[in-house]
Amino acid sequence: MSDTVKKRGLVAGHADFAAGLIGAVEMISGCGNVLIPIQVRGLCGDDIQKLLYDTCVESGVRVIFTDLQAGSCTMASRRVLKQLGEGVLVAGANLPMLLDFAMSSNENAIEAATTAAERGRAAVSVHGAPP
Amino acid sequence: MTLVLNRIDDRLIHGQVVVGWGQPLDVKFIVLVDDAVASSDWEQELYRMGVPPDMEVRFHSAADAAPLLDAYRTERRPGILLTGDIATMRYLVEHGDVRDVNVGGIHHRAGRTQHLRYVFLTPEEQEALRELFTLGAVVTAQDVPAARAMPLEELLAAREGA
Repeated sequence: MSDTVKKRGLVAGHADFAAGLIGAVEMISGCGNVLIPIQVRGLCGDDIQKLLYDTCVESGVRVIFTDLQAGSCTMASRRVLKQLGEGVLVAGANLPMLLDFAMSSNENAIEAATTAAERGRAAVSVHGAPP
Repeated sequence: MTLVLNRIDDRLIHGQVVVGWGQPLDVKFIVLVDDAVASSDWEQELYRMGVPPDMEVRFHSAADAAPLLDAYRTERRPGILLTGDIATMRYLVEHGDVRDVNVGGIHHRAGRTQHLRYVFLTPEEQEALRELFTLGAVVTAQDVPAARAMPLEELLAAREGA
């Protein structure tokens, strides 16, 4: 991945969630390098918040995807957006959502994230469930 | 049912609590005891957002919570008592008759030594956990239900990441 590509979003979650999803985005689309993985093993809530805040400030990114609505990354991200006074958080990220975001031609990353969230929500399907 | 878990976790409400413990124990309410959160509507809304619609969260300061714990223990629904630090749990052990304490998450911070993947302690915090035992509480470390509950002395002797 090239470091010269403009970063558009952070992905944060439990264990290897971020690296796994971004690796999948890269494999499918070649666009994984617009996303920054955040792993938070062993960090307290304050340190997660600081890591996310510092990464947002250094990268200029204002879009954060997290794995779980109740997760500590989601809690910390909401505090970070409050600190920054701008940006968007999408909790419950999945691969279709991140693919849509990474491949979006919309220059406005916040708008692209909002659209991607809807695509990700719509991409969940169930097959073979009993009637 | 009653308070099925009395947990120290510096992340307070998060995935392990809501999903990891909440689902298998069918938890219907969380008693979150934290002086700072109890005084902030914004923080309370943040934590409420993190739980499913059928799970209630009640916020108290330590002083307000202690006399209410007996009533919480008589609730028909299962609940979790949650504090973000050892000192708050100690207050509830002393003044709220808490008799078992789950160390669920005390994470990295300057001055702390790693004992487990999810437990880092300063020497003062090690002593504070011993004091909980002296006050009559059974203290174990266990991050998720599928893990083994590790007794206090084993926790204090454990070293990871060295």
